[in-house]
Amino acid sequence: MSETALSVGEPGLAVTLRELYRLLKLTVRCCLEGGLERGAVLRQMYEIGNRSLVFLCIVMGFMGMILTYQAGLQTQRVVPDLSLLGATFLELLVRDLAASICALMLATRVGAGIAAEIGSMVVTEQVDALHMCGADPIKYLVCPRFLASLGMFAMLVVLAACVAVATGTWTAAAFFGLNPRTFLNLSLLSAADVVVGLTKCIAYGAAIPIISAHAGLTAFGGSEGVGSATTRAVVGSSLAVIVLNFVISGTGYLIFGP
Amino acid sequence: MCQPPARQAWFLARLAVAALGCSLPRVSSSADPAETSPSLAALFGSFSDVVAVVGAEGVLLAQIFGRTLRGTVDRAELMRSLYRMGLRSVPIVAVTALFVGGIMVIQAAPIVERYGAHGLLGWGAGFGTLREIAPLLTALMISGRVGANNTAELGTMTVTEQVDALRAMAIDPIGYLVTPRFYGIVITLFLSTILADVLALLGASMAGRVLLSVDPRVFYNGLTSGLLGIGDVMHGLIKSTVFGIAIALSSCHYGLATEGGAPGVGRAVNAAVVVSAAGIFVIDYLLSFAIS
Repeated sequence: MSETALSVGEPGLAVTLRELYRLLKLTVRCCLEGGLERGAVLRQMYEIGNRSLVFLCIVMGFMGMILTYQAGLQTQRVVPDLSLLGATFLELLVRDLAASICALMLATRVGAGIAAEIGSMVVTEQVDALHMCGADPIKYLVCPRFLASLGMFAMLVVLAACVAVATGTWTAAAFFGLNPRTFLNLSLLSAADVVVGLTKCIAYGAAIPIISAHAGLTAFGGSEGVGSATTRAVVGSSLAVIVLNFVISGTGYLIFGP
Repeated sequence: MCQPPARQAWFLARLAVAALGCSLPRVSSSADPAETSPSLAALFGSFSDVVAVVGAEGVLLAQIFGRTLRGTVDRAELMRSLYRMGLRSVPIVAVTALFVGGIMVIQAAPIVERYGAHGLLGWGAGFGTLREIAPLLTALMISGRVGANNTAELGTMTVTEQVDALRAMAIDPIGYLVTPRFYGIVITLFLSTILADVLALLGASMAGRVLLSVDPRVFYNGLTSGLLGIGDVMHGLIKSTVFGIAIALSSCHYGLATEGGAPGVGRAVNAAVVVSAAGIFVIDYLLSFAIS
């Protein structure tokens, strides 16, 4: 069991990163071994996917309207021609904003949920009870959440992006008199944009459950401990999303060029 | 498109509020997924949930202003909140802002290369950062770090009956606990946004230097060439103040409304974070229209 022991409290950044890497390795190995509890992954998929859907669609709907409105307003200050507004909007949405804004939202919604659930199991010693029964907490608690998040993430992002496109098209038509056919212009979209966007989905979908589960598993000290574990999960997941976004965007720019 | 855009926008916002109610997390322990079926009755029920939350937060805001006018706010608690919320958030706000500035330039890079508009990079990055990205992302980080922590703290005090103990000792919990935290969050977010504006532009100019070999002086020229004014900075700061009020109210409201022991605290934290995040985006949309 020494392999699964995690340091309690607030260790340094290097220690945390090493532990996150070890937790990721163990989780992937458990997932590949198979033999997960029946229905656990499906239950987590419902919890992570279906119950975040409305929240995500509303946020991305407003995001699409804000972006189109602000971008249109600014473009009008410099050039009167708005015909490329839609093409630029779609390019930005596919390459970056759909995945990243959804990930920030899911980091709060899903990350807080995972950390609170696992954290309260840790402080009420239910995880120790699992150890006593010879069951591996990583296999029972972390693996289903990891697989479910990995599976649902891309689907949620695609759906939410569709909502953002719809509201963006409406805003362009209502405020700038732009024909939807002019707005829905896919000419600037390339395969590289789709690859970068989907890579982000996979990276965020893997990072959020691992970081939140780590925060939950290292919770200590009663209900206050659960509260601070939740905070650490939300902050850690959000920071991870921003840093991963920077790394993947930069790598994509260097590989595929402008 | 026969209606004026403002009417349509208002209708869409009302529809979204009704839909938001469906996803509104409940604090009470009777949160059963089966009972929130998407029927018409549930939709109206959820609409009244939204109204109830907004109403409760409005009452809380009125109480906080009342205590402020009467001057019964605990000074020491206010300074302690400012230290714990403000000063301790500086590292994460700084890291977020630097990376976000870099991301802005990476995303703008193809457009800049396509038109050869290197001189406009400062304007593009500055516009997006000052008006939208810096206030929005700082608010989301502060909501995750400070708002969630605040809800957990108030929620733990509520379920362990420490708030009732305060009342029994004739100490007003709104003046002693809630008002200092409210001002702590609002001031923290306002100052953090200023810091994030500066650091995000610094990160953007560094990324522009490395990726697009745009000299920082050219970047600075683009920033100050007259296309951007103090109005853009104020736009972001007004937004961040309203975001701060929204985060503070929902985190204090859900903290005080916690029931059902330790699991209740977890539910309250989750609810506060989700409502803050959704509220930030809805308010951002409405404010973008109101103050443009």
